[in-house]
Order: sequence, then C-alpha cells, then structure tokens
Amino acid sequence: MLNTIDQIFIKAKQIILDILSPFLPEWMMILISIFIVIVTLCVFGPVVMMYLTLLERKFIGRMQNRYGPNRCGIFGLLQPLSDGIKMFTKEDIVPQKADPFAHFLGPITVIIPSLLVFSVIPFGRNMIPSDLSIGILFFFAVASTSTLWIFTAAWGSRNKFSLLGGMRAVAQMVSYEIPMLLSIVPALLVVGSFSTVAIVNAQEGLQWFVFTPWGLVGFILFFLTGVAEVNRCPFDLPEGESEIIAGFHTEYSGMKFALFYMAEYMNAFSVSALVTTVYLGGWQGPILPSWLWFFAKTFVLISIMMWFRGTFPRMRVDQLMGFAWRGLLPLAFINLLAAALWVHLSFPLNDILSFCILTVSVLMIYVANRKVAPKKRIYKYAYE
Amino acid sequence: MYGLGVLKGLWVTIKNFTLSYFTRKRLTTVQYPEERITLSEHARTFPILVYDESPDKLRCVACEICAKECPPKCISIVRAQDEAGKPLKQPKFFDIDYSVCMNCGICEEVCPFDSIYMDRQFELSAYERSEEFLYTKDRLAKSAEYFSKIRPETAKKVEEKRKAKEK
Repeated sequence: MLNTIDQIFIKAKQIILDILSPFLPEWMMILISIFIVIVTLCVFGPVVMMYLTLLERKFIGRMQNRYGPNRCGIFGLLQPLSDGIKMFTKEDIVPQKADPFAHFLGPITVIIPSLLVFSVIPFGRNMIPSDLSIGILFFFAVASTSTLWIFTAAWGSRNKFSLLGGMRAVAQMVSYEIPMLLSIVPALLVVGSFSTVAIVNAQEGLQWFVFTPWGLVGFILFFLTGVAEVNRCPFDLPEGESEIIAGFHTEYSGMKFALFYMAEYMNAFSVSALVTTVYLGGWQGPILPSWLWFFAKTFVLISIMMWFRGTFPRMRVDQLMGFAWRGLLPLAFINLLAAALWVHLSFPLNDILSFCILTVSVLMIYVANRKVAPKKRIYKYAYE
Repeated sequence: MYGLGVLKGLWVTIKNFTLSYFTRKRLTTVQYPEERITLSEHARTFPILVYDESPDKLRCVACEICAKECPPKCISIVRAQDEAGKPLKQPKFFDIDYSVCMNCGICEEVCPFDSIYMDRQFELSAYERSEEFLYTKDRLAKSAEYFSKIRPETAKKVEEKRKAKEK
C-alpha cells in the first residue's frame, strides 16, 4: 500500500503509456514518455510559482499583523489565477529607445534555465526526469546562465536604473557562485558522484549530511548563497526598490514582468530543492511517501526564505560583497578540508576533529571580520 | 555581539506570525464589509433633520441660521407660507447638497431648536452626482428615536434640555 502511494506518479505515467502502446510504434512511445515528463514539469513550475506567491503574501502578511489575500476564493486560493488574468490583460509597454529584440528576449529566455534545472532534481524515489551522471554540474551550469538574460533585459531596456540593477545582478552572481559551488563540493567528495540520485542514495536512513559537522556548515553556506543566487531578500540588490526603482525589470509590464517573477520563484523553488537533495537527504525519510518528504523539506526551506524576507532589510553593496568574499569563501574552503578529514578518519575521531576545525575557523573568521572602529582623533593644535 | 541582532529580528517576526493565529492584538485588520468597528458617540458624517412625531412635523422652524453659518454653503432653505402669504414656522424646501458638505458639524452647533444633527451613515455612494447627493427635506427627515439610537448620550441631554424649556 505504502509502496503504491510512494510510486503513484510513476504508476500513472505507466498506465498512460500502457493505454497508448497498442496504437503507436515504439519510437513514438519513447517520445511520448519523454513528452509526458516535459509537460508535467512545464505545468508544475508555473503552478508552484503561482502558489508560492500566494504563500509568501500570506506568510508575510501574518508577520506584519494582517491577513494576506483572502477575498478571492476560499483562503484566497484563486488569487494567483486572478493575478495571472490581470497580467495577461495588461498593456505591454516597450520604451521608445529600448532595443526591442533584447527587451523581448530577456524575459522569455530567463525562465528557460529555471525550467531546465528541474530535470535533474529527484522529486521522489525513481521520480527524476533524467538521471544525469553530471546532475549537479548541469544544475549549476544552467542556473548560472539566467544572469546573462537578466543582464540582457537590463541592457535592452535602455534605462539607467535597469542597467545598474543588471550590473548589480552580475556582480552578485559572480561573487556568490564561487562559495556556492565550494559549499557543495564536500558532499560530492563524500559521495564520489555528481549524480543527484547517488547523493540522495548515500543519505539512506536518516544519515542526512546535515547531521555531520561539515554538513551543517555546508548546509548553511549553501542555503545562504542560494538565497543570494536567486536574488531574494536580504540579497535582492538587483531590484532594490528604494535605490533603483525596480532594478532590471523597471521597464517591464504585463506578462513580461510576470515572467521575471515566475523565474524568480521557480529559481527559489529549485535552489531549495537542491539544498534538500544535497544536505537534507532529498526524498529519504521514514513512513511517509518519498515525494511528500521531498516537498515538505523543500517548502520548509522556502518558508525560511520568506521568513528572511519578512525580517531583514536589504544589505548594502559592500556588505554583500564582504559577506561573500571574507566570510563565506574562506569558510567554504575550510569546510572542504574538514570534509576531506572526515572521510579519511574513522568514526569518533572524524566527527570530533572536523567539529573542532570548523568551530575554531568560524571563530577566527568572526574575529578577523570584526569591525574595528578607529579611535577618534583629537586635534590638539589645529585651532590654536 | 555580531549576528545576535539577526536572531532577534527573526524571533520578532516568527512571534508575530504565530501569535497572529491566537490573539487579536497581533492581527489588527478589521475586515470591513463583514466586520465593523463600533463608532464613537460623536462620529459624524452628514446632517439630518430630526422630527418628533411624524415626518411633516420637523423641529426645524426655517430660521436659516444653519444656512448662513454653513462654510461651504450647501444648505438652502425656503420658508413655507400659508394662503394669505403669512410666513409659517416650517420650511417649504430644505435641501442639503451632500457632495458639497464638508462634515464640519457647525450647523449642529448653531441650531437653537435642536433640529439639525450629524448622522453617522457613511455608505452613501451613488451612480450620479447632482441628483442623488441633493438631499431634500423628506430624505433628510429622521425620527427622534433614530437620533437617540445613533447618539444616545447626546439625545438624552437634548431631551432634558427640551423638557426644561417646556416647563
């Protein structure tokens, strides 16, 4: 029974294929089997995005002592749909001096990476669109291209604020890409494979990586850099309303604007999904079906992102860069070292040693980054 | 300590989030059409004319003090006359243009006959400006019971004053 629920989506796909198989040639069946997965993902992404916006509005509303949207349908469940209709019917404004091609290309292409990365995420046991042997590498390679399209959109708008936002996006992505990749390397080192399925299989039976010293640090590093990578608060400098209007999407309206939003929320989902996969054991978990475990963990991480958004003010550019280069990057390197020691030593020693190394290094990084206020100079003879 | 403020901030928001499900203090929104806040005694919107027994027996004697005092001049009064052309102590027309009225309540203060008072009805939206906001005598007339219902304390004081005057 449990096994049936666990594999319910696989079974559903198999039933559809069984119905069609007498009528179609074999090569067609392969195409249809691929097609089903693609359609599911392309529907799943936008639907998740729509309901994440609702969840976020409700969540932040409660933090600000008000109800979120609750007028449209029960609990406001139809709100995303009505927002979608509104976005479709809005006028699409292209500035006179904008580069029409780049202005059009930006929002269309920015959602492609966010949809593509879903293909390597294991949503449950046997539930992965394509088990690439270089899954993690594919994820990062594809996800980082979204920066290019953000910059295309910003450049094509021919607006100072858009361009500033786009440049900030690029600077931020470049700085955070390095600690992000380095924070995931320890997990790859321990598992010995780039495949997401192999990583999840290595965390069988509550042996989640987050319960080891290097895993905890790696999880925090990866989550923070992930938040920065998808431009969410408090790292949402590219669209800082108080400084540069709306950043790279200043000149966008209607459905093009909605596409940027869609990309942002789908990125938030996919990064949370990857953090879950790598450090929180993916779909591994007792009793409940595997896909339920996966979505529960992912939504907890997304809620934490929303919690951050409800709490923190936006960082300054220098704080943002300092945090990445002086805090996260050295810690990521030391974490790699700790993980390497953890792999090579035996049980009680490895945990203790890596824990000690990480504690000392966190303290040292903290001390090294402490703000030193210079003594106030007193000018003795200046006014005499 | 560096980093402690971050945790403090997170604690504040999660506290507000969870308590919003339990206490009204953390969820202050009043969902207007279904829920309403009780208006205070002196909440005021637009003037009404109070009558005692029947709508044609207004307290108003058409003295026109309110019309003269009205800052935006939204009240217009025509005194009634009998067949002989003798002026009567009642208005023939008493029109208030609600779209001009600025809710100051001066008419209520200056009325020596306790006739004109401010209402608290605020849901007055209409599809047309000139006709539907021009409140004539019969639309303005409201009973004394209605007045004592919306403003019980003021109505009590007014009743006492009027009884003392009769004696």
